[in-house]
Amino acid sequence: MSDTTMGRISERMPRFIRRIEPPVAISFACIILLLLFGGLYSSAFLSADYLLQQLKVASFLGVIATGMMLVILLGQIDLSVPWVVAAGAMMACAATAYGPAATLAAVPIGILCGMLIGLVNGIGVAYLRIPSMIVTLATNAVAQGLMVVYTGGFSPRDFATEEMRYLATGSLIPGVPNALIIWAIVGAGMVFVLTRTTFGRAVYGIGNRERAAYLSGVNTRRVVMIAFIAAGGLSAFGGVLLAGYASKAAQGMGDAYLLPAIAAVVLGGTSILGGRGSYLGTVAGVILITLLLSILSVLQMPEAGRQIIYGVVIIAMLLLYGRSPANQ
Amino acid sequence: MKDWRYWLAEQRGTLVALAIFALMFTIYISNHPAGLTTNVAQTAANKGTLLALVAMAQTLVVITAGIDLSVGAILVLTNCIASMVITGNAFETTLGVVFVLFVGALCGALNGLIVIYGRLQPIVATIGTGAIFFGIALILRPLPGGTVNETLADAMTGKVFGIVPASLLMLLAIVLVVWLPFCSSVIGRAAYAAGSSETAAYMSGMPIRRGKFAAYTLGGLLASIGGLFLTFFTYSGQASSATASTYTLLSIAAVVLGGVSLFGGRGSAIGAIFGAFAFRAIGDLMFVFDFDALWQPLFQGVILLLAVSIGALGLWRVRNRLEWFG
Repeated sequence: MSDTTMGRISERMPRFIRRIEPPVAISFACIILLLLFGGLYSSAFLSADYLLQQLKVASFLGVIATGMMLVILLGQIDLSVPWVVAAGAMMACAATAYGPAATLAAVPIGILCGMLIGLVNGIGVAYLRIPSMIVTLATNAVAQGLMVVYTGGFSPRDFATEEMRYLATGSLIPGVPNALIIWAIVGAGMVFVLTRTTFGRAVYGIGNRERAAYLSGVNTRRVVMIAFIAAGGLSAFGGVLLAGYASKAAQGMGDAYLLPAIAAVVLGGTSILGGRGSYLGTVAGVILITLLLSILSVLQMPEAGRQIIYGVVIIAMLLLYGRSPANQ
Repeated sequence: MKDWRYWLAEQRGTLVALAIFALMFTIYISNHPAGLTTNVAQTAANKGTLLALVAMAQTLVVITAGIDLSVGAILVLTNCIASMVITGNAFETTLGVVFVLFVGALCGALNGLIVIYGRLQPIVATIGTGAIFFGIALILRPLPGGTVNETLADAMTGKVFGIVPASLLMLLAIVLVVWLPFCSSVIGRAAYAAGSSETAAYMSGMPIRRGKFAAYTLGGLLASIGGLFLTFFTYSGQASSATASTYTLLSIAAVVLGGVSLFGGRGSAIGAIFGAFAFRAIGDLMFVFDFDALWQPLFQGVILLLAVSIGALGLWRVRNRLEWFG
């Protein structure tokens, strides 16, 4: 029906446009609309400085959403983001207490902590067959408990190292923030893994129907576990970057990233049921959410209004293209 | 097999939750310096009831194979409204209570409409509505404050005849008035059937949409009773995002402990109540054993992780590997 007409119309378009899915196109169109709307208010919204600043802020969410997307593509969800982000940041900062060698290794240490939590998630989901929503909720609670005990026992060294600050706020190429470069590298890696490796194809396969993927000879349990480890590592990496940006780690720093990460992935057209979605969509979703929140705060919209508009935009956009098929 | 065996199999989740609660509460009471006095029971009942109400709200949605991530936001929104309207004489107070319940049911109905007619996945739809509800709460109460009719608040959190905690009686009344009629009605069975297998329920001509809509609306209503209760404890309203997210997560935890299947179609709100009380008792254990309060979150987390891992024991019964993918 509508799919075939869409198909016929799009056959006349150039190939590169044809390959873009409607959700991705709508998201990018919304980004441009937002910028035009902002530009009417003040030309500062269209300046390169402002845009680069937004991309820099977006890259923290982008790194976290990358991991979330991998898990959502499998048809699972990772609710442990808040305290994995915090744990990654706090452990990286804590490493400075153990001599110069540990200080140098602060970033890998933070990421490793996230991967460990991801490993627990992965074992629970893949091997113990517990629903991901429950396992990740529980590991989130455990990670929170560990961090509370850790910070409560003695006063932690919670300042970010030079390297972390450089990663988050410096710029290797003049004018281009390092955080943005990191997001680009992470994103490129993700695109490569998803489209050019058997692992990536297995992720899509499992998201569509795990039973079928298993019968086709995919070691589905290992793939799911690796995906959760990667998601944990990426969340923690996002936390490390955030700590570098704020130059210190704090307990509640990850709370504000769980729902935006899910929203960004879903707004980008990835199905929450798994198996469908492209990384370009996630990029669009991340930029859209960051830009929306930023423009609303520049317009001095109070927090309450920002929350409401944020919720309305998520629902309205999903009603546009995120609906399930009509018939059962 | 005899009838009672079927009944036992159907109620297994609820009974396990009851057993966990009984065990935890016994350990708690036998180590409590004051023993089982009416005051200890009252405090435990009040803390448990608040979580139990939110967990019941979550259960209603979960049995339709959905999830309500806005339940905490509804709690906070109704808490803020309750701190503004429940004052004055008996008539005004009653009107205020009715209004708060109405708002809660309205929030739930909105979730239901978006999920059923908008055909969005519940998890993302309620993320969106949760943000909206929380935003409205922030508009109403940018700063913590407000008042509530103290006579009513004290009555609801106090003791009846000096022995029985009033909150427990209220919980019992809600089970009798809301839950039991719901789950024995056609609409309630339709909600279960929709959660179990929507296609099969549709083929059998069950009123799926009405069942789901009723589940979401009643979920909102129960969350707003939770909001009322929160107001009765604190005598004030506060739009706190921490409260909203904590109660959302705890409600899922309590539902899981209460033996309700997140895949839908199985479990009962009564199980969720025991799950909520068990979860609270676990948290309180720390205090009677004189541990540092700092260890409480870790202890709660580990217990939760262990509790959900018990579900994995079913893997031993799997005879064919394809059963993994259920």
